[in-house]
Amino acid sequence: MSPAPSDALTLGSPALALRPLPAGRPAFVRRFSNLLLIVASGASALIVMTPLVLIIGELLVRGLPGMSLGFFVHMPAPVGEPGGGMANAIVGTGILVGLGLVLALPIGVGTGVYLAEHGNGPLGSTVRYLADVLSGVPSIVIGVATYGLVVVTLGHFSALAGGVALGLLMIPTLARSTEEVVRLVPASYRQAALALGAPKWKVTQAVVLPAARAGIVTATLLALARAAGETAPLLFTALGNRFWSTAIERPIGSLPVMIYDYARAPYADWNRQAWAGALVLLILVTVVSALLRLTARRIR
Amino acid sequence: MPKPGPSDAGASGTTRGTAPSRVALSMQDFSLSYGTRPALQHVDLEIPDHSVTAIIGPSGCGKSTLLRTFNRMNDLIPGVRVSGTARFGAIDVYASGTDVVELRRRVGMVFQRPNPFPKSIFENVAFGLRMLGVRKRRELEGRVEQSLQHASLWNEVKDRLHGSALQLSGGQQQRLCIARCLAVEPEVILMDEPASALDPTATARVEELVLGLKERYTLVVVTHNMQQAARISDRTAFMLEGKLVEFDETRRLFTSPRQKLTEDYITGRFG
Amino acid sequence: MASTGAADRAYRALLGTLALAVPLVAALIVFEMSRGAAPTLRAEGWHFIFATDWDPVAEKFGALPYLYGTVVTSGLALLFAVPLGLGAAIEPWLIAHLGFLPLFQGFPFGLGVLNAGLVLAIMILPTIVSLSREILRVTPGGLREAALALGATRAEAITVMLGAARPGIVGAVILALGRALGETMAVTMVIGNTNRISASLLAPGATMASVIANEFTEATGKLHLAALIEIALLLFAMTLVVNGVARLLVYWSFGARRDVAGAV
Repeated sequence: MSPAPSDALTLGSPALALRPLPAGRPAFVRRFSNLLLIVASGASALIVMTPLVLIIGELLVRGLPGMSLGFFVHMPAPVGEPGGGMANAIVGTGILVGLGLVLALPIGVGTGVYLAEHGNGPLGSTVRYLADVLSGVPSIVIGVATYGLVVVTLGHFSALAGGVALGLLMIPTLARSTEEVVRLVPASYRQAALALGAPKWKVTQAVVLPAARAGIVTATLLALARAAGETAPLLFTALGNRFWSTAIERPIGSLPVMIYDYARAPYADWNRQAWAGALVLLILVTVVSALLRLTARRIR
Repeated sequence: MPKPGPSDAGASGTTRGTAPSRVALSMQDFSLSYGTRPALQHVDLEIPDHSVTAIIGPSGCGKSTLLRTFNRMNDLIPGVRVSGTARFGAIDVYASGTDVVELRRRVGMVFQRPNPFPKSIFENVAFGLRMLGVRKRRELEGRVEQSLQHASLWNEVKDRLHGSALQLSGGQQQRLCIARCLAVEPEVILMDEPASALDPTATARVEELVLGLKERYTLVVVTHNMQQAARISDRTAFMLEGKLVEFDETRRLFTSPRQKLTEDYITGRFG
Repeated sequence: MASTGAADRAYRALLGTLALAVPLVAALIVFEMSRGAAPTLRAEGWHFIFATDWDPVAEKFGALPYLYGTVVTSGLALLFAVPLGLGAAIEPWLIAHLGFLPLFQGFPFGLGVLNAGLVLAIMILPTIVSLSREILRVTPGGLREAALALGATRAEAITVMLGAARPGIVGAVILALGRALGETMAVTMVIGNTNRISASLLAPGATMASVIANEFTEATGKLHLAALIEIALLLFAMTLVVNGVARLLVYWSFGARRDVAGAV
């Protein structure tokens, strides 16, 4: 079939009486819409940044005055008395997050490695999909479920329950991030090791994982920072504790929960401490995010 | 933007008839650099109307940059600096008064890898028409059919105009892109290695099409395939390291090149 | 591939077992909450979703006010956040992540549904911006080039890109909706926590998450607790559906394996 010669059909031939297309500068509507879109998207970017800037500003203004050494080192003062700090809550957050890691690290990283190395079958797809869906479950729902699983079983609130709740929260994101990082390890490393006669498990263990280690650490830090700021799941698992406690079978205080309580309280001194606590959390998240951006750039 | 009139900048040789040909595209001492890296150096050339001009040369010699100057697609790369003049007809392409959007309509481009929109075949061709304000159904249908005819694709797709463009083969997608380009009635068609991603049969179709389009358009084709340049073009430009080494009628360039560098390239001593 | 030895199989089994924890966790959550909610499930049945009284003393519970609050606040959040988020994603601006912070701004105009919607909008904006940027990044750039070469304005070319990215962006928006549905602390502090459904957006209200946060530890009686757990179950079901749909859309635009787990 030969191409139709181009002069068989010309503009203005009797079959199609077409007036010429508009020529010249694009119509006013098009130029205006173009300008509008560009201005609108720039304005949106500004608007999006505004709350962030305002929040940071507010936190700095109100939080800095409350951030003294005493804040980090002192225990909460008796109700109604000024002074005191959030030392127990800060330690409590550390313990809870640590407990959560004990649960989430092996499962999350293990799942991630499984998905990256063996996850192309139906089991892998199911696990992957479920992990993604689970990462969207509200943290308060995780808290309620953990209440039933741990608190009811043990008969009381405990740091352990809080740790389990945080761990459950961290597993899905840790798994998917680990999978991502492990997949990024170049195929050439694996092939070189296999070509040397190493069995697959050894390749994973001795070549792939060490290469992915930096990325996994990054992912863990990110999960950690998120978990440290979670309040809802701790409300009825770890509950809270105004006294010094590091026992895992007893309720334990945590920074976010204490901030929440202090913020709603009628004491101005407590409110001030709540602002300081929020600032601490902000700094924590900012530092971790900044670290992440730096290391991620180096990995890519 | 005024339409280009007959130019008396000197006809560079016509390919047919006695009518003096206009200069469709030209450069006078044109240089372009990406930041500090020079890409085009002091290029002078004139491309006549209604002809096919091939641009050949080794990778990195600036062929694509040269091509993309005329529709200012180079603007998409940050840090581009130019000096000298590049013209579409009488219009200075880089002048501040030149409307880039309208320039790009009149100087169309076909890319190396076919890039149809993820829409139907009909909507792909109609895209430019709708953009220009064509609304009436009958007019759209008429113009779409006409463009597809001119791109030698109509018979293959006329029964599935509303199917997805992505279902077409590579060669068909490329002809669709050509149809899409033709629909907005350009005067010049720039083609950046239009067949290099296609199999030999599809390549032959595109080459046939280029020869057919010459009647109504001015075509400039960048190609790394010298035989292709010899097959389809009236004039050929050979570029090396950003400089235009030789620019002559195709037959003469390939049989008795004037420059040694040209001869070396053609005989395969490098590149 | 070389024959898999016993060590290989064992290693794979170990990893697989760890991976099985994920479906196990999902199942446990469902099981636990069903068990906890059983008393009200039995007592009220479907009526629970439509009833409006919330009376721990008389032991009558209805989730409608909280469903209403949740849907309205999330809807408002989307309304505010989506056009802004998309608009911001188009231009390559640097936007830092907000992170999860217990927000407690005191808005000068009181407590209510509108404020909760605003706060939620601020919280989900980063999700929408970041995901939309990712999705636009993997949309083929050749489309934009093709449009520009045809003589399109920048806006028209971006519209082509957005059109091609549409399933992914819709998925991103739905994911953000999922976030908004479950957000607890910020909403609890701003919404006023009352059990009434009110047509006015300025009136106080409550969401499913906020009522759980407020009443769980003070629940009077087993039925009260079970009612709260049932609300959690409902919330769980809602987010499951929303996220399931969203993930399918995002998968589809990325190709089945990759996902923006990092950006989420």
